[in-house]
Amino acid sequence: MSSPQRTQSSTPTLLIVIAWLLVSIPLAYGLVRTIITAAPLFTGG
Amino acid sequence: MAVPSFLAREKTVAKPGFNRWLIPPAALAVHLCIGQAYATSVYKTALVEHFDASLTSIGVVFSIAIVMLGLSAAVFGTWVDRNGPRAAMFTAACFWSVGFLVGAAGIATNQLWLLYLGYGVLGGIGLGIGYISPVSTLIKWFPDRPGLATGMAIMGFGGGALIATPLSRQLMSLYDPAYDGTAATVPSGGAVAGLFVTLGLVYLVYMMAGAFIVRVPAEGWKPDGFDPSTVKQKSLVTTDSVSAANAIKTRQFWLLWVVLFCNVTAGIGILEQASPMIQDFFREGDASTVAAAAGAGFVGLLSLFNMAGRFVWSSTSDKIGRKPIYMVYLGVGLLLYVALATVGSSATWLFVVLAAVIISFYGGGFATIPAYLRDLFGTYQVGAIHGRLLTAWAAAGVAGPLIVNGVLDTQGTPGELVAADYRIALFIMVGLLAVGFVANLLVTPVASKWHEPKSDTTPATPERSAAR
Repeated sequence: MSSPQRTQSSTPTLLIVIAWLLVSIPLAYGLVRTIITAAPLFTGG
Repeated sequence: MAVPSFLAREKTVAKPGFNRWLIPPAALAVHLCIGQAYATSVYKTALVEHFDASLTSIGVVFSIAIVMLGLSAAVFGTWVDRNGPRAAMFTAACFWSVGFLVGAAGIATNQLWLLYLGYGVLGGIGLGIGYISPVSTLIKWFPDRPGLATGMAIMGFGGGALIATPLSRQLMSLYDPAYDGTAATVPSGGAVAGLFVTLGLVYLVYMMAGAFIVRVPAEGWKPDGFDPSTVKQKSLVTTDSVSAANAIKTRQFWLLWVVLFCNVTAGIGILEQASPMIQDFFREGDASTVAAAAGAGFVGLLSLFNMAGRFVWSSTSDKIGRKPIYMVYLGVGLLLYVALATVGSSATWLFVVLAAVIISFYGGGFATIPAYLRDLFGTYQVGAIHGRLLTAWAAAGVAGPLIVNGVLDTQGTPGELVAADYRIALFIMVGLLAVGFVANLLVTPVASKWHEPKSDTTPATPERSAAR
């Protein structure tokens, strides 16, 4: 875990992926919806 | 105040080999939920109609929440540092969720005071504890890039509104089929109560997930290949420790308080009025060339830049330093405000670009402040110091809208205002940013008399200090 020697990770990669998906999927949803709402600002709609 | 053993700090110490990249999503899980506080406008009109109350008396709900955020962050900051992030996130999740449920009961029974107590007081306490809960942990996990780490988490607070706004519209149209999700229809009080219950339960699950993922690094841990002496090379960065009790006695704390207050007040000036402001800036006669729908899109765009600024500018501060980045936020921000007041009404795209960059600086100011505090006061009680500094946010949350609404009230009637009517308010913001710029210039390293002793008795963790 700590320096000076490089240490092997004991955290499963799958757990890290799931944790990031848990937060990035709602964020992506919000991002897409916001861009759709903001589009009329530039298209004059 | 003791916590149950499963929440205790010592139970959250990471085992060797723990991957620190699990900490940012844990922090984001909390901040994305509490960031809903920026999405209250989506059901404001519905609550006004449901309670048959004024806009101001409904707006008070949000004001109470922000004031409680500042107060609870200040009061519970030391408790959060002592008991660790899991206890703090767990507590924040309970307060935030119960706040929604009590608020829903208030709406369902037509008791406005229950909404004040629920969302305002209880929810506000959840906001304050939740906001500071992951900050010092992230700084300890990422001593090599504290700006990036806190930027990632606090970006979530900006991003919370991006999720909550469209989600709330969709849920309310599900609970009230007569509501189509546009400004043309208003959801019923029952739909808002249903929304509150749903959000309260969903946020509880999400925040609890963050609470049980989070870990604190073992004492003395540092990332592979990280040499603390490289951090010390920057003039304002200390490797010493200053306690929260001593920090508030220093000139540097209060200079940063002024910096944050000025930056937030100026940003709120635009955020508070975003939708009517863009329509007023492009008003020709009785009508505006910017439609109401586009005004709502402008609000969404500002949320996006508010969120992006938190990550981008805070990460940039790791490279160029905290003091220079605040010179950009306040100095360039000041020039952009002048441009907004003088030439902002010449083209829609120019207005949008100026406002978006200003709001990105507003977000950046929030996200960079924990790293600035860490540079000046060390990591020892940075969470508690951050909590105390957030009283500047609470003060700005009152001062910003008061300045803008106060000035606009003297200029004319809402719906008839034009760009020139905003000029006085915008130049007051310019003055505030100038004050903040000077305050930032005056920041110097903290005098050694405030440092904790460096002998064997030096507290490496807040628990040890608490035992002294």
